Amino acid sequence: MKSLLKHRLAWPVIALAALLLLNQVFRPDFLSLRMQDGHLYGSLIDIMRNGAPTILIALGMTLVIATRGIDLSVGAVVAIAGAASCAYIAASPDPGSPATAAMAVLIAVIAGLVLGVWNGFLVSAIGVQPIIATLVLMTAGRGVAQLITGGQIVSVSNDHYKSIGAGYLFTLPISILITAAVFALAAVLTRRTALGTLIEAVGINPVASRLAGLRSRNIIWIVYIFSAVCAAMAGLMISSNVTAADANNAGLYIEMDAILAVVIGGTSLAGGRYTLVGTVVGAFIIQTLTTTVYTLGIPPEVTLVFKALVVITVCLLQAPKARNLLSRLNAASKPAAEEAAKEKVAI
Amino acid sequence: MSPLSTLTPLTVKKPSPARNRLHGGARYAPTLATVGLFTAMFAVGAGMYPSFLSGQVFLNLFIDNTFLIVLAVGMTFVILTGGIDLSVGAVVALSMMVSATLLQQGWNPGAVIVLVLLIGGGLGLLMGLIIQYFDIQPFIVTLAGMFLARGLCYVISLDSIPVNEPFFTGMAQAQIPLPGDLFVSPGVLLALGIVAVAFFILHHTRFGRTIYAIGGNEHSAMLMGLPVKTTKILVYALSGLCSAIAGILFSFYSLSGYSLAAQGMELDAIAAVVIGGTLLTGGTGYVLGSVVGVLVLGIVQTFIAYDGTLSSWWTKIVIGGLLLVFILLQRLFARKAA
Repeated sequence: MKSLLKHRLAWPVIALAALLLLNQVFRPDFLSLRMQDGHLYGSLIDIMRNGAPTILIALGMTLVIATRGIDLSVGAVVAIAGAASCAYIAASPDPGSPATAAMAVLIAVIAGLVLGVWNGFLVSAIGVQPIIATLVLMTAGRGVAQLITGGQIVSVSNDHYKSIGAGYLFTLPISILITAAVFALAAVLTRRTALGTLIEAVGINPVASRLAGLRSRNIIWIVYIFSAVCAAMAGLMISSNVTAADANNAGLYIEMDAILAVVIGGTSLAGGRYTLVGTVVGAFIIQTLTTTVYTLGIPPEVTLVFKALVVITVCLLQAPKARNLLSRLNAASKPAAEEAAKEKVAI
Repeated sequence: MSPLSTLTPLTVKKPSPARNRLHGGARYAPTLATVGLFTAMFAVGAGMYPSFLSGQVFLNLFIDNTFLIVLAVGMTFVILTGGIDLSVGAVVALSMMVSATLLQQGWNPGAVIVLVLLIGGGLGLLMGLIIQYFDIQPFIVTLAGMFLARGLCYVISLDSIPVNEPFFTGMAQAQIPLPGDLFVSPGVLLALGIVAVAFFILHHTRFGRTIYAIGGNEHSAMLMGLPVKTTKILVYALSGLCSAIAGILFSFYSLSGYSLAAQGMELDAIAAVVIGGTLLTGGTGYVLGSVVGVLVLGIVQTFIAYDGTLSSWWTKIVIGGLLLVFILLQRLFARKAA
């Protein structure tokens, strides 16, 4: 039991389970799933579907943070990708055809690719601090998105496009399947090849890894591209779910949610250690929190305060110093304190 | 030969400049570049629009941005220590909401202002304590602070609350005449007063030197016996206080409280500080540079207002572009100095 509690995923999973249980107590049918029109329905499915864009972005963010970076521009990339694809569909001669939808998806992904290359260029080739380098796109990006949409909300009617965010396949929402596929791809690429180790090496010590012969620049470049492409796909989901591109509000503050998901999941902002599973759990915690607010009948105005308190609590619980303090308060045995001290040294 | 004498020439020959800090003449270069840019933009504006070249257009840059100047001052303190404060925009909105609500209930304006300053300073202090004692990144803590402050705004009210209180409307309409048919608002004097105080604190007190020392190298500062902990906590309290003052100034300016107000203002404040020549890694920068940074942001908006055909989103694109230019400039100077 003790060793289980020490696992780095223990606290996030406990928090998620507690939240789900809380919902179940207040709404007994919360955890139940039912089939309707050949689709699965239920609160859990809703949480996954609504959380899909955040999870997707948080996956990209995890790898960026693992290299000691941060990507503030994902919200702007969401807006640009949504704006570009919707503007293309709205302007195309045949707005309802599958070919148009496919082209719109391609445009969004290419937009993400280009923006990722740009961020990666600033960070790895020019050597700008990640937080500032991506701040540039965060500030300018929404302006660019507004430029594309002409400052208006572009709505489209294309059933194929709509199915990305709102459609179903094999009884499950397509957005969940896309997210699961990206997660599987990222997990295989980083845990079954050397890429994951290389990313961790760059995050732990960029200079040492370069001296050891790693092309750390390229690795840093790759993670920013991955992050931006993930954000672009999330932008597709968000805009297709409402069949419109809102340059101002699409993906607003999603970078904050994604970073929180990563941190709650147990990845250190100092770089090096990262966990993709933890990030997914973290994103679920954030999405479940939002749902909990509705379940408990808390007025939606209070959501943010509630979220702030939970974030602070989770962060405090994870802080080595707080754990140290807790274990001392519990009059815990010496080994526990030593373990915590060791952990601190390791960080 | 004693070991000391062999060591001395070594340290003289090899001053090892940290990669992220600027030295010698380069120290002033980014700020001077900002001043140059501002002058150039003003000159271009004067060339394009005859009415641009007037003292009042210049003074309006201050009048329309008093709150941003105060925010940028607070942000400069935080960034100089190598931290960041994302909560400032939300704290501005919270200050506006609290003052608008309490004034509507007939509170004395003096009491309201004191309370708002206490809330802002207290929130900043709390964030500073968490950052320092629990060793959590400023980014995350102030992000949670932003959620908290913005959430409290929603709890207070989702509607826009007008301010009709005589003192606040008086401050909004008051004009202090200057020679040559010019005028400024009382808020401008207050903001400039705060800039002067901040300048004095940063350059003429121990607290100020400690801030620069922490930004340069926190570990060294600690080994030198400087009060690193207290200083870092106080810096966030100061930023919270500045945000509250900015909230009051914004209330004077807009005469209302709205929970969605000042959204993204933290980005403007950070942009102003960076454009003003302060390095986000800390240790190098000037509060006066941040003021010029705010003026540059202001003149971009004035340009777009004067042009009339350009849409508002160009403001964002231009600010992003300026940020980029200044970041690249800083890299260039830093490399040359190294």
